[in-house]
Amino acid sequence: MKWSLWGLVLLGALPMAATAQKSTAEGIAEYRAMLADGNPAELFEARGEDLWKQARGPKKASLQACDLGKGPGVVKGAFVELPRFFPDTQRVQDLESRLLTCMETLQGISAAETAKTPFGQGEQKTLEGLVAWISAESRDMRFNLPQSHPQEKLAYEVGKRLFYLRGGPYDFACASCHGEDGKRVRLQDLPNLTKNPGAGNGFGAWPAYRVSSGELWSMQRRLNDCYRQQRFPYPGFASDATIALGVYMGVNGKDGASIAPALKR
Amino acid sequence: MSDPMRIRAQAQGDKVTVRVLVSHEMESGQRRDAAGKIIPAWFIQSISAVYDGKTVMSAQWGPAVSKNPFLQFSFKGGKAGDKISISWVDNHGDKRTDEAVIS
Repeated sequence: MKWSLWGLVLLGALPMAATAQKSTAEGIAEYRAMLADGNPAELFEARGEDLWKQARGPKKASLQACDLGKGPGVVKGAFVELPRFFPDTQRVQDLESRLLTCMETLQGISAAETAKTPFGQGEQKTLEGLVAWISAESRDMRFNLPQSHPQEKLAYEVGKRLFYLRGGPYDFACASCHGEDGKRVRLQDLPNLTKNPGAGNGFGAWPAYRVSSGELWSMQRRLNDCYRQQRFPYPGFASDATIALGVYMGVNGKDGASIAPALKR
Repeated sequence: MSDPMRIRAQAQGDKVTVRVLVSHEMESGQRRDAAGKIIPAWFIQSISAVYDGKTVMSAQWGPAVSKNPFLQFSFKGGKAGDKISISWVDNHGDKRTDEAVIS
């Protein structure tokens, strides 16, 4: 008798508790919505647009002749089709590595030097602005990475293997956190990057402004930090490995909408 | 050199809502760099909005305000098509003023 009464009381209390307490994910979503109105990524976008048009580097040239895959100077829609194969460099390139190529060939700024520069300094700061603006020009467009060239198919396969490659002192892989639904790190929900909607949401949210550090992170910096969290050695900036991972996530996220540059906590 | 602010101002009835995104480091003076030395404080001390020659909002800020801060306020009597200007001064004495047209 006593038990069934308790049962009734508990049953009565449950729906109330459910309405009164938001899930963590809802709480974070609400926090993002409050901040979205004034996403400081806009400040980086404005800087990036100026940097694109500004004559810079030893050759005193702008980046307006840069081919991001849709022809020289075409920015709109370029982001949702990257990484892709570029015939001039004979490589599959993502946005950051392509910008390194353009900065080197057009402006004379050494790609190797920039790749070695720590994040947030020197020409890496230039890249932050550029990726913010270029990705913003494709906002709300859907990912459609080309997979027709053999190199692009190869990059996808390499990316997939890297995604599942376990290693480091914790025997970790990308897939340890991002290979299943409903995983999280502390309070942060983790997208399942092996399929949609996770792949589209996850891949499509970077570059992003991180409120906690006040920095704009490109996908390259995001991946660099993923590897830090896995206790792997740091990958090279714009290395083939990181680009291949980009291809793997981007192809998995096909038809997902890009919200970059997004806002992260 | 400071970057421009992003200002959006919208009139609804006789009320104008202004939203400003300010580009500033807003260093608190409490943090240390990699060598253990304190990073000197660097923050906006005062910020104000002028419409039609009159100050419609003014605020004193301190080191507790975040990097790249977002500011929103509203005032009465503004008209669409008019200009609003926002100015700030930081503790280095650096200044910046940007204008926007009310839509």
